[in-house]
This record gives sequence, C-alpha cells and structure tokens, in this order.
Amino acid sequence: MRMAIRAAVMAAAIPGRQPDNRVPIFEALRMALEQIRVQKLKSFFTLLGVTIGVMFLIAVVSVVEGMGNYMEHDLVGKIMAVHTVELRTRPDFNLGDVDDAMIADWRRRPRLTEEDLHPVVDGLPPSTRWYMMSEDQITIESPFARPRKVLTFAVTGDYFTIKSLGVVSGREFTNQELESGSLVVVIGQDVKNHFFPTVDPIGRSLRVAGVPYEVVGVAEKQGSTLGFSLDKFIIAPYRAPIHRLLNRDRGVIDAIVVQAPDDQILTDVQEQMRQIMRVRHKLHPSQSDNFSLNTPAAALATWQSIQKYLVIAAIVLPAIGLVVGAIVIMNIMLVAVAERTREIGIRKSLGARRGDILVQFLFEAATLSTLGAATGVGLGIIVAQVVTKVTPMPVSIAPWSVWLSVGLGTVIGIVSGVYPATRAARLDPIAALRQE
Amino acid sequence: MSLDTLVMPDAEVAGLGTTAERRAVIAQAGAVPSREWVIVARGLTRLYDMGGETVRALRGVDLAIRRNEYVAIMGPSGSGKSTLMNLIGCLDTPSQGEYWLNGHQVSKMTDNELARIRNREIGFVFQTFNLLPRATALHNVELPLVYAGVSASERRTRAREALERVQLGERMLHRPNELSGGQRQRVAIARALVNRPSILLADEPTGNLDSGTSEEIMRVFGELAEQGQTVIMVTHEAEIAAHARRVIVLRDGLVASDDRYADGDPSRRDGRGDPRPAAG
Repeated sequence: MRMAIRAAVMAAAIPGRQPDNRVPIFEALRMALEQIRVQKLKSFFTLLGVTIGVMFLIAVVSVVEGMGNYMEHDLVGKIMAVHTVELRTRPDFNLGDVDDAMIADWRRRPRLTEEDLHPVVDGLPPSTRWYMMSEDQITIESPFARPRKVLTFAVTGDYFTIKSLGVVSGREFTNQELESGSLVVVIGQDVKNHFFPTVDPIGRSLRVAGVPYEVVGVAEKQGSTLGFSLDKFIIAPYRAPIHRLLNRDRGVIDAIVVQAPDDQILTDVQEQMRQIMRVRHKLHPSQSDNFSLNTPAAALATWQSIQKYLVIAAIVLPAIGLVVGAIVIMNIMLVAVAERTREIGIRKSLGARRGDILVQFLFEAATLSTLGAATGVGLGIIVAQVVTKVTPMPVSIAPWSVWLSVGLGTVIGIVSGVYPATRAARLDPIAALRQE
Repeated sequence: MSLDTLVMPDAEVAGLGTTAERRAVIAQAGAVPSREWVIVARGLTRLYDMGGETVRALRGVDLAIRRNEYVAIMGPSGSGKSTLMNLIGCLDTPSQGEYWLNGHQVSKMTDNELARIRNREIGFVFQTFNLLPRATALHNVELPLVYAGVSASERRTRAREALERVQLGERMLHRPNELSGGQRQRVAIARALVNRPSILLADEPTGNLDSGTSEEIMRVFGELAEQGQTVIMVTHEAEIAAHARRVIVLRDGLVASDDRYADGDPSRRDGRGDPRPAAG
C-alpha cells in the first residue's frame, strides 16, 4: 500500500516527462547559434570558403541570366523583330562554333542584291509584310554640331511597322518618298540630341556626303543594351543616294526581312524563300545554301544552347570552391569535437543520447554553412550590381540561384558535419569526462 | 536552507535494513528487487584489456543499497572505486554480473537506454564540477531537462527553483568562471537534483574545495539525505566519508568492509574522523 502511494507521488513529482523524446530542433538550433556567437572569428574563417563559392555562383549566374534577358528581350524584341525571318548573305549573329573555313565560305558567297527582292517577296502570302535594307556607320554633318558617325539604314517596305518603331514627332516616310528616293530622314533620339539639342529638328537638314537630307520625323526612345545606345541612328528611303554609301558594290543590299503573323506561317515563308533563292543561285540539290535565313528564334536557340553550358560552368566552377569550403568546415568541426570532448562527456553524463550529440553537431555545421551561404548570396548580389555599374554587361539575379545557394550551403554543412558529428556521438562518456 | 521540494517526496524515512536483508536480496540472482532497494549489484565484474593484458578492476562486487541511504564508497587508488562509480552511474556496463537501478536492469542496456537512465535516475556531482564554461548557471542547471524533453518555459522555472534552493538565486546568470568553487559545486548539485533522480552520485565532491567550503557542501549533502534523497559518494578522504551513514570500503576490486553506523552516532570511527556536524 505504502509502495503504491510512493509510486503515485513519484509519478506526480515528475511532470513534463515524455517517454522517449529527442532534443527539440529549436533547442539544437539555439545551441548552434550560441556556439557560432561565442566563436565569431573562427566561424568567420570557417565560412569563408562557402561564402566565396556562393558569391561567385550568384554573381556568375546573374551575369548569365542578364545576358539571357538581353537575348530574349532586347535582341529579339528591339534589334530584330518578332515572327521575322532575315534573308542575308551571311549569318548576322555568329554565336557558336565559327571557324576560318566557314568565314572563307561566307566570303565567297554571291551577295544579296536589289534584283532578289521581287522574286522573293512577290509570291509571299498576303498576311506577310516585308522590308529591304542596307546599313552601315556613316558620318553625318550639320552646321549646328560636330560631325558624327551614326548607324544609317536605307530602307524600303514596311520597315517602321515590322520594327514597331514609333515616330514621336514629325512623321514616317510617305510611299511616294520611298518610291522616289526623296532626300528625307527619320532620326533617333541621340541624333536629335546631338545635332539639334535646343531646336525642333523637323524641317531642318542633315548632310550626308555633302547632300542635305530633310528631317521629317524623330523616332521614339529605344534605350540601350549591352551599354550601346539604340537611339543613335538615321533612316532614309532606300532609293535615296545614301544607299550607295552603305554598299559600294552596285545593287548589293544587306537584308530582306519578312514578317509573318505567326511562327507557323513563318516556317512556310522561310522554306518558300529558301527555294526561291536556291533557284536564283542555281544550286544543285546536293549543294548547301549559299545564303542565310536568320530568325530570332534561331538566334535565341543558339544562345540558349550556349547558356546551358554557361550556367553549368557557373555552378561547377564555384562548386570547386564549395568543396574546399566543405573540407574546411569538416576540419573545423573535427577540431571543435576534439576541443569540446569534455563538454560532450558532460552532456552524455546528463543524459544526452548519441542522436542528441549527433544532431547538435550536425546543426552546428549546417547552421554555420547556411549562414556562410547566405552571406555569399548577399556579397554575390553586391558583386553583380557592381558588374552592371562598371561594365555594360546586364545582370539579373535569378531567384532560383539564391535558393540553390542557400540550399547548397545547408547540404554542404550537413555533409561535412556527418563525420565529425558521428565521432562526437560515439565518444565514450568516461573517456570524454576524463579529458582536460 | 530549504531543500524539501528538491528531493523525492518521502513521507517516512525507511529503515536502513540489516546485513541479513541485504544478503537475502543479493542472493536472489536474476530476480527484480523490490522497490525499496534502489541499487542491487550481484557479482559485478569489470575487466579491462590493457595492451593484451586483462586487468580485473572489479572482481565480483555485491551491493545492496536501500532508498534514502547515505553511503560513502572508499578505497585506495586502484581499488576499483572509480570503476564501481562508473557502473553505478550507468556510464559503463559490467563485464559480468547484474546491476539493478531503481528496478531497471542496467547491465544489459544499450547506449541510448543508458543515456535515458542517466538522465532520469542519476544526478552526478563531480570533483571538477563539470559545468559548461560558456553557459550561465541557469543554463547549466537546465541541461538535464533539455535532454528529458521538458519544455523551455518549464525548464526555466524548475532550474530557477533548483538554484534558489542552493541559495544561488542571485547568481543565476553568472558563468562558472564568475563563481567561487563552493558556488560552482552548488550549481552542480542543483543540476544533479533538477530532474529528481533516484540517486545523487558524487565523485570526490570536495576534492577541489578548501576545508571550509567542503563542510558547506557536506552540509548540503547531509540535509538532502535527511530529506530522503539517496546519496552515494565516492571519496578517499575519511573525514568526508564520515559524514555518510554507511561506509563501503573497496580493496582490490572487492568489498573489503561494509560498515553501517547508527544515525547520529558520531563516535563510531575509532576515535578519528570529525563528528558529523548537526544538520541545518
């Protein structure tokens, strides 16, 4: 009877005890942070490898992403145009493997000429649009400012519509101006600001090779990409004398551009243009094309295949740093286990199980490493911002790279903590308590 | 000093039992001892392998300790008292023999089961205090409760109460290096008692203290014993052992003598040894 009472009293006297519970995760985290706090300097050096690795990862991925955004938005959207195919003598964008033999082959190709225009565009479906153009850097003069080289386009067809180029003051060319080759130009914002900083340019003239051209319109602002302004241009009707300055050889043009309402029609149009050009160039079926049909999609696809490798490189190269970081963390944790053997003995004597000690040290390594990675993310973002300020390279911080980095930090911490934590957990409490 | 609520509530201090009773419980090999026996060891043997040579640290120790006893284990160095303490403290398991602690057979336990028993049944007090140097007194006392899975708020309350009862309420947030030796040992005692263990197991508790402080710590032990806490103390100092009501002497890995002294009889130790000071 008395025993039963005593047992009941004992049970009542031990509140809050559950049968077999682990140290709560929060407690392990608290212990880890406390340990990092008391050993700030050591923690800092431990983190350095992971921090630097993650910093480079974030910075490089940001630059690659920025380039990707440039390719997708600026290049395709502003420089080229949507749903278009460009017929050129040579590819315009040389991304990927280009060797000397290919360049020599491109040089031998017959040039695209004015005579090619009508055979190519006359048979196109009515839903399509087209323009023809030549382009080059040409020196422009004006009595109001110093001469300047600007990108000059000589165009005919639906140039403004296809390029979605709006005119903010003045007007586009009339059909009559295009057909007769009037001495008129539409100018970009930078050209306006340089030659006519204080006056309205409409009705005034710019001289090209001594010939005066009347400014009839100013294009809307295009901004810049890769550090280059997209507003430093003038556009003239193709038939104006200006086109002879852009391509010296008589009749030679740079491109015929066709725009279709969608990619399906575009594919058909592209094939139709290919067959017409093959006939015109009298190519045998065994011979490959000696002209280029470029689409933004193709340029983008080329970029994306390169981007894949760049992203892999951006992850693999910092990963080497991260491996070094992991080894450093493992070593520091081994030292910590050795230094804190007595603490481990005390904890074990007070009832810490192997799992408790394991979790404690794993948490410490993981917390340390995650903090290092988070610091690296911050530094990486700063580096990316500096890169975009100092160089023309566009950067874009990819959210996935931030999560990847922090996750990587945690994983590295756990992986490099497993061995030291296991050693700590396996320590014999008697030997551990005896250690000075 | 009020330690009443720290120790196991025990309305009546049980009788100390006779040698015959002890022999009887030891003789029943394999049997679960009844609840009044907090420790029963039957033929405890511990062998160590020292570079190919087998050292017999314990050679068949029989031991029976009732709840509420205040026992000192003595012996010269090499007698096996540290080994016995490690076994009693569940830091180690015997090579042969049975060890029952509060009804649990410890001798067959796994590492994790031992850890749990240490957490719930044993309160350690060490010669070198063994406090975590970077943790406050409060956090040190909380540690056993952390491993018992007690919630943070309850841990704080119970640790604070334990510290107040060893009169360290004022110094709760001090780190060990800001405390005197006696204060450190009192923190260790608070830590040992905070999870209400079956036995308080002290290993040379006064070994690092001056004689005045030693007396202070022994007074705390005496009070705890009086209030019903089972106390087992390993020491090589006769004056310290004299505070206990029963002295077990080990020699060469065996129990050489097991003298029980009548409670309150100070003149028991062949004229030497300090009379036990009056409690309180």
